[in-house]
Amino acid sequence: MGTVGPVERENGIEVENLVREYRKGPRAVDGIDLAVAPGEIYGFLGPNGAGKSTTVHVLTTLLPPTSGTARVGGYDVVKEGPKVRSLIGVALQEAALDPLLTGRDHLRLQATLQSVRKDQRRARADDLLERVGLADAGDRKVSGYSSGMKRRLDLALALIHQPRILFLDEPTTGLDPQSRTALWEEVARLRREERVTVFLTTQYLEEADVLADRVGIIDQGKIVAEGTPAELKAEIGRPSVHAIPHRDEDRPKIAEFLSQFGEPLATTRDVAVRLRDGLGLTDIVRAVDANGVDVVDLELRAPSLDDVFLAKTGRTLEGATEEAEAEQQQKRAR
Amino acid sequence: MSSAWPQVGAIARRSVVRTARQPASFIPPLIFPIALMAVNAGGLQSSTDLAGFPTESFLAFALAVPFIQGALFSTMNAGTDLARDIQTGFVNRLALTALRDWALLTGQLAGVVALGMLQVLFYLAVGVTAGVEIASGLGGVLVLLLYGAIVSLAFGALGAFLAFRTGSGETIQALFPVLFVFLFISSMNAPRNLIGVDWFRTAATLNPVSYMIECVRSLIIEGWNVQALLLGFGFVILIGLVSLALAARAMRLRMTRT
Repeated sequence: MGTVGPVERENGIEVENLVREYRKGPRAVDGIDLAVAPGEIYGFLGPNGAGKSTTVHVLTTLLPPTSGTARVGGYDVVKEGPKVRSLIGVALQEAALDPLLTGRDHLRLQATLQSVRKDQRRARADDLLERVGLADAGDRKVSGYSSGMKRRLDLALALIHQPRILFLDEPTTGLDPQSRTALWEEVARLRREERVTVFLTTQYLEEADVLADRVGIIDQGKIVAEGTPAELKAEIGRPSVHAIPHRDEDRPKIAEFLSQFGEPLATTRDVAVRLRDGLGLTDIVRAVDANGVDVVDLELRAPSLDDVFLAKTGRTLEGATEEAEAEQQQKRAR
Repeated sequence: MSSAWPQVGAIARRSVVRTARQPASFIPPLIFPIALMAVNAGGLQSSTDLAGFPTESFLAFALAVPFIQGALFSTMNAGTDLARDIQTGFVNRLALTALRDWALLTGQLAGVVALGMLQVLFYLAVGVTAGVEIASGLGGVLVLLLYGAIVSLAFGALGAFLAFRTGSGETIQALFPVLFVFLFISSMNAPRNLIGVDWFRTAATLNPVSYMIECVRSLIIEGWNVQALLLGFGFVILIGLVSLALAARAMRLRMTRT
């Protein structure tokens, strides 16, 4: 965990032993500690239901914690809620917009509520619409916006009062690749040019990898790993080999064959092992040829954040997300 | 700390803009009460022949009813709009700003009041065009406008309370017929002293809506009836204060921000 000095606290986030329990529910957040330095992009990575959004709700003052402390921009989120809100910009998971208002209406409303000076509101709205690529759509009702446009407007709304700290809760979920890249670029620019601190939750490994200076991996309410993407991957160290069997019934046989090269990995789509030190893809290819093992494809993969997640939780991020979704569906059915 | 009044204005403006962009939310409160009044005035004109009926024009007698019906529509619209904001997370968006709690409620209700006053002007214009003379004159029209504003505020606050309490537009729509029952068991179609059925007369006498209708009616057909005005204003202010207190409490519980 990074440490934050008193001078730097102004734009930082500090969380100690934070717990949030729901009535009749599990501990959504179970004693997490984290520190985000000013001007840093912190990626909070985890599957659905891991506790990411609950953490964001607590840090943005929408939910009181059950116990523990959290300071945002140097202010306590429980005792100094209004001061915290004045410093932060927030784009929650659902871009809650009014379909009957235009993009410009939203910005005007948000600017007034955030006490932006009256003589600056129009210029600020124009600037933000331009910056998020909605200059031509600003006077159209939001009901006619695509998901990507809504996300971009949501980001513009979060920035209207020039916040020092930005919370983005799964900002690119459901976006097409082009919109996703545009949003990443804007977030990176905010950090680079305006030194905005960004707390970003995501369930996309690539997003955390590309954007975040440091990543915290959360699962079932607990932070299971934290560090820069490079540090986390280095912890895993060795690459993995993934084989796709020609016939599904060959999976056990191939798994047994590959196990001589390293420790097996739990995957759903293929058969994989984490290679032992000193082994490479060529060793495996030779052995596969020599033994007539029937595989469609053989791939060497460098360690990814998914490998880190797998190593720390015993599940893949995708598998954990599917589990969480199935659990939610069961709850709804009950 | 900056003034909260611009925030109230911004929320009220949004409320009015939303309403203006949804014909389905402002046309029914204007048209349906007038249509019902027209049907009643056509069918019940002969009631005016009864001894003790306070006017010769049933239209003038019935013109008070749309005021309350319109306010009931306002209740539902204000409530369902707010419930939708809760369901979509828009209230969370507002909660994340420097918006003060009371400014949210006040702004939301200011929009309802603006629509309520527009309704009053429309009902009066229709009545006057159809030949109704306002016995209390221009001063009475101003009092009617004021009363329309207070009624909209009181019923709008009730809608806001239901929205904050339930967070469900469907629940509010389901409660709407219950509110209408209060209207139908009031003196909307006959003066209380001429209601022949005992239980109905008792129910109408116990029903605050009767006094609200009679307050409006007195200004239209009688002139300045102090007792009717005091009872009408008294009940609506009481309902308004209770509704506002309930709405403010429900809002605090709903907006759990620290």
